[in-house]
Amino acid sequence: MLTNEEVAQTIIQQFGQSVSDFDDPYDLLTFTADRDQLFALISFLKEHKTLQIGFLTDITAIHYPDTKGMEFCVVYHLHSLVNNFRLRIKVYLSDEDVHVPTIIPLFAGANWMERETFDLFGVIFDGHPDLRRILNMEEMDYHPMLKQYPLEDETREDKIDALFGR
Amino acid sequence: MTERIAFTQSLFRSFTLYYMVSEELDIANKNVPAKKDDTGVQYVNELTTLNLGPTHPATHGIFQNILQMDGEKIVSSEQTIGYIHRAFEKIAERRPFYQITTLTDRMNYCSSPINNMGWHMTVEKLLGVEIPKRAQYIRVIMMELARVADHIICNGILGVDTGAFTGFLYIYQEREFIYEIYEEMCGARLTTNMGRIGGMERDLSPTAIRKIKEFLARFPKILREFENLFNRNRIFMDRVVNVGGISAERALSYGFTGPNLRAAGVDYDVRVMNPYSSYQDFEFDIPVGQSGDTYDRFMVRNEEMWQSMRIIQQALDNLPEGPHYADAPQYYLPPKQEVYKNMEALIYHFKIVMGEIDAPVGEVYHAVEGGNGELGFYLISDGGRTPYRLHFRRPCFIYYQAYPEMCKGLTLSDAIVIMSSMNVIAGELDA
Repeated sequence: MLTNEEVAQTIIQQFGQSVSDFDDPYDLLTFTADRDQLFALISFLKEHKTLQIGFLTDITAIHYPDTKGMEFCVVYHLHSLVNNFRLRIKVYLSDEDVHVPTIIPLFAGANWMERETFDLFGVIFDGHPDLRRILNMEEMDYHPMLKQYPLEDETREDKIDALFGR
Repeated sequence: MTERIAFTQSLFRSFTLYYMVSEELDIANKNVPAKKDDTGVQYVNELTTLNLGPTHPATHGIFQNILQMDGEKIVSSEQTIGYIHRAFEKIAERRPFYQITTLTDRMNYCSSPINNMGWHMTVEKLLGVEIPKRAQYIRVIMMELARVADHIICNGILGVDTGAFTGFLYIYQEREFIYEIYEEMCGARLTTNMGRIGGMERDLSPTAIRKIKEFLARFPKILREFENLFNRNRIFMDRVVNVGGISAERALSYGFTGPNLRAAGVDYDVRVMNPYSSYQDFEFDIPVGQSGDTYDRFMVRNEEMWQSMRIIQQALDNLPEGPHYADAPQYYLPPKQEVYKNMEALIYHFKIVMGEIDAPVGEVYHAVEGGNGELGFYLISDGGRTPYRLHFRRPCFIYYQAYPEMCKGLTLSDAIVIMSSMNVIAGELDA
């Protein structure tokens, strides 16, 4: 049975400076990694003899418009089926440089997950063979999940948010 | 020219003449060199583009496949999804937690109680609310009924896609009966909005218990008939055995979960790996296939229906006494009698309904075993009344990427059968 501390120690020993902010909210090991070491980190986790974190659960992104320099956070959820161990890796990106290396060479399933993240947030995955929109129309020119875009049409007269408790 | 060949064939059915005739026909193709594409598949003619268009009676939902075909064999396929994208993740950022349940209904609409319960469990994990055993058992019963309903659709419609309508017709009646049980529990048939944050909205009524017992009594016979129709049926097996196989390594690389992964040989089931809602109290087996082809997926789903019946029987037999909701007045609506008499209850009722309750800050990922695999909810709360970010890890979306690889080199009818057996549900694909 792997514990969060053991895995955290193994990662820190290998990647020392590039990983930080280890935490386990609701018992799920979460840490921040540098973008440059991301591919090496995930391959290390996948090929490690004990950890065997070989299943990619999900890739998604979060937009924090209020924190300068760390507006985008790309979140990777990984899972070791052999050890029943989950972990979450976060990569923070700044507004000017929203690029992350793709992990398609490691996990074939990352293809559509990265396309969805690109479609909704505008995160560019370097090295992706076919990075285009997947859920929205090709002609759409903005990335809808960003916080500056409202949910509903602002020009509507008939639905006043304040009256509905929104 | 063609008339002469036909006339000759009809008059002189000798082997020599047939051989001469077939040589003449081959002259047309002799000058075209054989080409290989980059994966080594050899084709002679130009490729045809076939649009397995967004609205097609055989696709379960609205998604498009543009197939490149060499005669009858599929060389590659390009997928377009997103026709039913409803921006659930964006909507969820503006809705209080209990209003998001109705969004989760509409993801995998064939088994909506599972989505609902998964969402409730995610929020309860965030809030730190402990659910009483009775509510957990009722949730398990409803989730397993939903799983049976989902597999009824998948397997029945797999039969229809191979041309066998009878099986679908008889087993779909059972899904109607499950709808009646849902109606007893929550009032709706398809988009159930079942349960509440903190438990269930009402206890299992005597009618509901009677109907569940009746279901447990009548379904095994129907399922056995269904299996007799399909399991060793020569025509069905010829259609589905060794069609659309995927190896366990490729399936894991693609992020397959659920019956599709178990058919490939990996026994990963979220109910066993990360038990939730008292699944560890029940004894059930996880059916696992071998080659990951359509037949294995069909058999795994059939066997899972038997195992779900086992779980429902155990849950019903051992249903503990107790309340059907947690003692969490700030999240669960107090009973109406209290609201009319008690000041605190009135205040809680008002705050919950108007959505004034703030959730604690945190981020939680919770996964349940949906009808198609690991349905995950990644919820980030910043202390407000709505989530800051909610992401659904939808199994259909993730495993549908493997479809071009699975139907390479097969015919169109195989492609339809593979799509049916993967149980791609458009609501979960796009969310």
